[in-house]
Amino acid sequence: MTQGNQGVDKNFDVIVVGAGPAGLAAATVAARAGLNTIVIERGDQPGTKNVMGGILYTKPTAEVWPDFWKEAPLERAIVEQQAWMLTPDSALKGGFRSDKLLDGAPNAFSVLRVKIDRWFAAQAQKAGALIICQTMVEEVLREGDTVVGVRCGREDGELYAPIVILCEGVNPQLAISLGMQKKLRPHQVASVVKEVINLPEQVINDRFHVADSSQGVAMELMADATAGLLGMAFIYTNKTSLSVGVGVTLADAIDCPYTPYDLFVRFREHPQVAPLLAGGETVEYLSHMIPEGGYNAMPQLFGNGVMICGDAGMMVNSLHREGSNNAIRSGMLAAETAIEAHERGDFSSRVLNRYRERLEHSPILADLRKYRNATGFMEHHPVFQVYPQFAADAAYEMMSVDGESKRSKQWKILRMLFERRSIFGLAWDGIDAGRSFP
Amino acid sequence: MNGKTDTGAAEALKRVEEREANVGLADKLYKVKYKTDELTHLKIKDQEVCRKCEDKPCIARCPAEVYEWEAEHGQVLVAFENCLECGVCKIVCPYDNIDWVYPRGGYGVVWKFG
Repeated sequence: MTQGNQGVDKNFDVIVVGAGPAGLAAATVAARAGLNTIVIERGDQPGTKNVMGGILYTKPTAEVWPDFWKEAPLERAIVEQQAWMLTPDSALKGGFRSDKLLDGAPNAFSVLRVKIDRWFAAQAQKAGALIICQTMVEEVLREGDTVVGVRCGREDGELYAPIVILCEGVNPQLAISLGMQKKLRPHQVASVVKEVINLPEQVINDRFHVADSSQGVAMELMADATAGLLGMAFIYTNKTSLSVGVGVTLADAIDCPYTPYDLFVRFREHPQVAPLLAGGETVEYLSHMIPEGGYNAMPQLFGNGVMICGDAGMMVNSLHREGSNNAIRSGMLAAETAIEAHERGDFSSRVLNRYRERLEHSPILADLRKYRNATGFMEHHPVFQVYPQFAADAAYEMMSVDGESKRSKQWKILRMLFERRSIFGLAWDGIDAGRSFP
Repeated sequence: MNGKTDTGAAEALKRVEEREANVGLADKLYKVKYKTDELTHLKIKDQEVCRKCEDKPCIARCPAEVYEWEAEHGQVLVAFENCLECGVCKIVCPYDNIDWVYPRGGYGVVWKFG
């Protein structure tokens, strides 16, 4: 890996800013097509600045790196997905487990970003891309309204290319500087605190009921898991550690009495969660933001000589915790557009508009558009405070045997519901949910 | 934990558990690997604005307790060397009073796992 830019030619076909999943996918695809491609990364090595919860979907990843799952440093193939609704003392659990999720190429894997990004970077280099680390892009260079290159935070750091692909992550400083994105607002991002907690392989297998360390479980936990704030907690099993995190929308967190670390400790010590983590040793404490503004908060995705991918492009479907797959896909589509632009010798937005068209034909924009009002719904509704507690209380009523008839218990449960939410409130929640989750 | 784990491992787990029970944020940050720059990458644009800011959300929202109110001189102190580079502070600042950039290339947090 090149650490400096001495002796580096200053003219490229494509400049990619950022060595995350989006940038490395873009670089791999562009370099494979023979384009002279450079990736500029501010971290020590690709991956050392990158954070995610830890689930990577196979199919979109394999579109760029076929059969990657046979050799990449993955943690566990996900055989079971669990969703828990927590109340202060209880857990209402749902889930799906099936060996079908492992058939052929498994559907998803838990991953640790430092390992997997380094592997993606190696693939980009094999394809012919040049990766320069420890280098900050400080400015995007323009001639008129056309992007022509970047200026790095080094002496003599100007690099030029007719196409610059911005994969700078959730803090889109360069996109903002170009006027393509606005300063992010608290309701558009979630703040996440995560710990990597070591546990012996066998203990993880036993606690999560998997046969061996090739299989794992992904859990998402809601309601009291985030003290009722809009957000989600997660536990993902790695080979010899758990990735455990709590994320809440910043708009909701801003007036909250808990600090992000308090929220994490509160979750970790929950009576239904603590036994899963007991005895674990924290080996890393991390923080990161997730861009959750959705379709309505997306930047202008292309301009003359420039395209924006991944988190910088707000391409996260927070309801389905899909981010890295959208990053990889969008990077690939930007690179395909860059290849087309080079073939046609036209790098203006007339041709780069094809990037937007490609996104339109992929699941990325279709899904983001589908859920464009979902976050707004969740922000403004009492559902996340009222219903989990109600459901847990109802379950407790039905399951406890105490001499009361089941019919009488059912009436009691109905009364409980109406005490907490009026019939109009219930009807409105149903209608609005239907509209927000089409 | 069940019978498959041998007692030695169980005892080792218990020892770690006891040690971890009282671990605070400072200990957690101690596990983070940094390559610390001499120069700060986070600057308060105008301390006067912070003095007038009622809530100072940067202090409570930062997951690494980078910001601290120093009452004697009436200023916000910035422990930039603890920064995890998440970007929350600049978004919650109601007055856009934080000059936020990433650390220089190669500096700042170095994740071991990510």
